[in-house]
Amino acid sequence: MAMSRHTLSVLVENKPGVLTRVAGLFARRAFNIHSLAVGPTEHDEISRITFVVDVEDAPLEQVTKQLNKLINVIKIVELEGPTSVQRELMLVKVRAEPAQRSGVLEVVELFRAHVVDVVPDALTIEATGGPDKLDALLAALEPFGIREIVQSGTVAIGRGARSITDRAMDRVSRPA
Amino acid sequence: MVQGHHPAPPRGSGLRGTSASDSSRAATPDTSAPSRLAAVARPAAIGPEAVTGAKAIVRSLEEVGVDVVFGIPGGAILPMYDPLMDSERVRHILVRHEQGGGHAASGYAHATGRVGVCIATSGPGATNLVTPLADANMDSIPLVAITGQVGASMIGTDAFQEADIVGITLPITKHNFLVTNADDIPRVIAEAFHIASTGRPGPVLVDISKSAMQASTTFSWPQQLNLPGYHPVTKPHSKQIREAARLLATARRPVLYVGGGAIRSGASAELRQLVDASGAPVVTTLMARGALPDSHPQHLGMPGMHGTVAAVAALQKADLIVALGARFDDRVTGKLSSFAPHATIVHADIDPAEIGKNRTADVPIVGDLREVIADLLPELAREHAQRGKPDLEGWWRQINDWRETFPLGYSEPEDGHLAPQHVIQRIGEISGPESIFVAGVGQHQMWASQFIKYERPNAWLNSGGLGTMGYAIPAAMGAKVGAPDRVVWAIDGDGCFQMTNQELATCTINDIPIKVAVINNSSLGMVRQWQTLFYEERYSNTDLHTGHGTVRVPDFVKLADAYGAVGLRCESKGDVDATIKRAMEINDQPVVIDFTVSRDAMVWPMVTAGVSNDEVQYARGISPAWDRED
Repeated sequence: MAMSRHTLSVLVENKPGVLTRVAGLFARRAFNIHSLAVGPTEHDEISRITFVVDVEDAPLEQVTKQLNKLINVIKIVELEGPTSVQRELMLVKVRAEPAQRSGVLEVVELFRAHVVDVVPDALTIEATGGPDKLDALLAALEPFGIREIVQSGTVAIGRGARSITDRAMDRVSRPA
Repeated sequence: MVQGHHPAPPRGSGLRGTSASDSSRAATPDTSAPSRLAAVARPAAIGPEAVTGAKAIVRSLEEVGVDVVFGIPGGAILPMYDPLMDSERVRHILVRHEQGGGHAASGYAHATGRVGVCIATSGPGATNLVTPLADANMDSIPLVAITGQVGASMIGTDAFQEADIVGITLPITKHNFLVTNADDIPRVIAEAFHIASTGRPGPVLVDISKSAMQASTTFSWPQQLNLPGYHPVTKPHSKQIREAARLLATARRPVLYVGGGAIRSGASAELRQLVDASGAPVVTTLMARGALPDSHPQHLGMPGMHGTVAAVAALQKADLIVALGARFDDRVTGKLSSFAPHATIVHADIDPAEIGKNRTADVPIVGDLREVIADLLPELAREHAQRGKPDLEGWWRQINDWRETFPLGYSEPEDGHLAPQHVIQRIGEISGPESIFVAGVGQHQMWASQFIKYERPNAWLNSGGLGTMGYAIPAAMGAKVGAPDRVVWAIDGDGCFQMTNQELATCTINDIPIKVAVINNSSLGMVRQWQTLFYEERYSNTDLHTGHGTVRVPDFVKLADAYGAVGLRCESKGDVDATIKRAMEINDQPVVIDFTVSRDAMVWPMVTAGVSNDEVQYARGISPAWDRED
């Protein structure tokens, strides 16, 4: 079975230590996390963790089942590429002597990125997108000299009107 | 070969006057825990009472229905021990080591089906609970551990006796809590008991800061639980049940593979009906011994590494395996890729993560085993009405041939020492099936599983998943506290016994008269067996010098005496029965018997670790010739 990339949205109780429980489970069961992003949701009681993992299909089912066993995990949804929007945020510091600056700005323009900091010999660029777009941006900037990169984990949301937090909220408001 | 008494071909007699359900029923955990908690709570709501956090812990334990706790006080838990002293409903048993307290709580839980409770202070007190928590986690024992933590403002400063026990026990508990706000104490304790006792049971640790114990708060009961992510499924899916029934009604070589879930869910009565209705052979794993009486003619005994040839072979040759509360552990399956190659798998378990974890299930059923089997019975009857009962005669002929050719047995030792199997078998026969037998880990554990006849659930306690040496003495102590009217035997090894025998002091002082049979081969016997078989008889560090004509360090009879227990020694076969009977007559003190057994005795049958179950050896170098049957 080939390894494939999966994006999991995990709704958890917004409590201290929950990220440790979830991340620890991945490590313990020898599952590899490719990226992770965590943040608040529209409900104070719920946080949302987005995992991108490289696993075979059978182990993915195990990951999901083991995650579901964690008491603080409320809901897990796998988001498939075509039916979801998936984005990463990247900040790149690029060498930009005055002679090269217009070349860098042209790349920024092409990728619909933004310049967020300028000093005489460097620019810091903010870009969002899927992994393909960000890789292409990096390739385009490479000749100018990349000084530093920082990148977020993927965040993802399903397309359409449905909200995965709705049903989860039912559970939160209805005590066990 | 001296023949053991089970599992043997059907003999027609031997059914003792014990039904599978009788005494276990009362002690069966109620799986519908919300109603259980509600039942425990008094009809009228209690409180609010103005209390300290410490008092709130004690009041919560009282209201959740705890009658006994095992623990040791220390700095951070001290505030709780003060109101505990006044509690008329919670008995505290002062153990000598926190590990003993943890295993005692396990033994209590296992013997009664109720939640066991242990208490420790912060830091080393809490870390000493790591082994019993991991043990309970592997064997799905409902346990609540309450630990003191340093004051909230000190957490994270490497304070005296500070340990991040919530972090440490994350992977070895079903769940755990850190409480720093006294107001949360009653709710968290109610949640801890709910989580520990429902779904797949397991240990829950509640770490409470000393500052929370000292703070003022109010206590009220019952508590509203707030567990939005916890919804164990107990009711199985009817479509899957119908499919399982169809398969069971049409298979030609079915086997019911029964695991510890049958014990935890209290499903013995239902299981018995399923066994009788299906006519299928049954194997009970190490964790399930007693779930079906050993005297039942369809019972083939234990499968796995040291299982009977009939049980191992039946699984290997089966065309259908119905796994009931079992988890396809490596000690059962041997080399997984060659396990039961022709079998369709029906897998019923309350934990969805167990299904398909090791072996792919063709029919997955998530649910409480008692409900699963109860639903399966009418569907199976319907199938039988439509198709007639399946013809299993050929299958049984083959199985009975295995049973007759390869019964459990052992050779008399040549060194003049006792045969450990004989000692253990006689303890089982003399003490009888109403007793509770608790084993440590190693050869004696396997022999106790093989050579004692279990006729009821919760009569056999051992550390199955984690394999914790030292489990027996404290677990037997806890079992005796939970079931004071039963005879409780710890069948222990000389290695295991030396890990936790300090709890004999607890037993003597608290009037907990357990009986201990030290199966003393003066060595770490199971390790020695592997050295004999796989390391060219190079006995690296397995000699314990506890007997066999050399030195006796320690002398177990003197040790028993020092602890205020009765110490007996038995060195010849002629004395075995009389010594056991002497121990049976002593009910006001713990008894320790030092049985000097041969160190050359080995556990058979055996499947070497990592090889196929097809390679099972009946005795050293003797493997069944499968081709003959095929």
